Amino acid sequence: MSLLSSSVSITRYRVTGRLPEAALEYVRENLQQNAVRDIDNDPVEQSVGWTPLETPFQPDFEAASIVYGTAFVFSLRMDKKTVPAKILKKHLEAAVAGRLAKTERNTLSRMEKAELKEEVFRRLLVRLPAVPHVYDVVWHYETEDLWFFSNLKAANEALETLFTKSFKISIVRMFPYTAAEHLCGLKSHEKDVLMKLSATHMQEGGGHA
Amino acid sequence: MLDISVAYNRYKFLGHEFLTWLWFMIDTDKENLMEGIIDLADIYVGSRVVLENSSHNRDETITIKGDGAGFEEGVTALKKGAKVTEISLVATIGDGEWRFHLKGESLNISSLKPPETGRIESPDEMEGAVLEKIFLCEKALSLVYALYGKFVRRRVSPDWQSKETGRMAAWIAAA
Repeated sequence: MSLLSSSVSITRYRVTGRLPEAALEYVRENLQQNAVRDIDNDPVEQSVGWTPLETPFQPDFEAASIVYGTAFVFSLRMDKKTVPAKILKKHLEAAVAGRLAKTERNTLSRMEKAELKEEVFRRLLVRLPAVPHVYDVVWHYETEDLWFFSNLKAANEALETLFTKSFKISIVRMFPYTAAEHLCGLKSHEKDVLMKLSATHMQEGGGHA
Repeated sequence: MLDISVAYNRYKFLGHEFLTWLWFMIDTDKENLMEGIIDLADIYVGSRVVLENSSHNRDETITIKGDGAGFEEGVTALKKGAKVTEISLVATIGDGEWRFHLKGESLNISSLKPPETGRIESPDEMEGAVLEKIFLCEKALSLVYALYGKFVRRRVSPDWQSKETGRMAAWIAAA
């Protein structure tokens, strides 16, 4: 989902770890090294990588802007190919028939059929275009705050993995516990209370669950 | 430090209590809720509230949606022990209006509609548009985390058990 859409979804993270002195060069280099790879003509199901905000379909960070105010802004792109089951079935049946005719046999072994299925699947992957999904990232490098413009589980997991792989620093997703611990300014004794909390019954006569 | 996935599941209830408390505060003590939050002029519950009741070994989900929807079913669900798991909010900050949906267990913001910005007519306008959008999103995030901070500080104080739960119970019973 794009930062510039009229309606956006945001998952918030905290960056844990320090960038080197030459932060801009470090970030740009690692974005380029982990840029999304085009898989349109490859027998590959998925490709995940970084791409510039302004040119999501030309993943070249040499000329792209990544600094906006006090934030690095770029995008995560996930290209995915899905082979519809019915198309796979149709092509597999044709391939099985062709193999039987060629070998003058009546049946294929289970192993031969599995290998043929994999071969057909990979052949179809080459012919299918990948569907790109682009999700923007705003990384406030001064406050170690990061916003990811998607709430989708798969996209967030891809972000967490790729971010750590790319920059050798990790990000922690903010949810009720982590947000209370990191963003609410609690004193140490309050954090101890937080750790021990249990659910409250809010109806009359209620207490802790 | 707890394992992240354990902490996520263990403390989901905190997010649900936050949204339930938020509804209670908006309904009964909005002035106190908004106090100290810069430029916040108004806040109210939008067109969607989702509640879940996991008590007595049952899992019930009650969804109330639609503009001008009454929340009577929601109040009935609260009386039966449900908590708010998702809520739509409308906030007036300065002169602008922010609409968004907030999920309790993750604090994720979705369908965030900040005040409209101008269309980008040329590539030169890109940087300004991005900075403006970041500024507008920051307002919504700051608001959510300011409200959550208020809730958490109360939740870990002795007053939660001695005062706040009683006030909330009275609100639920009287509604």
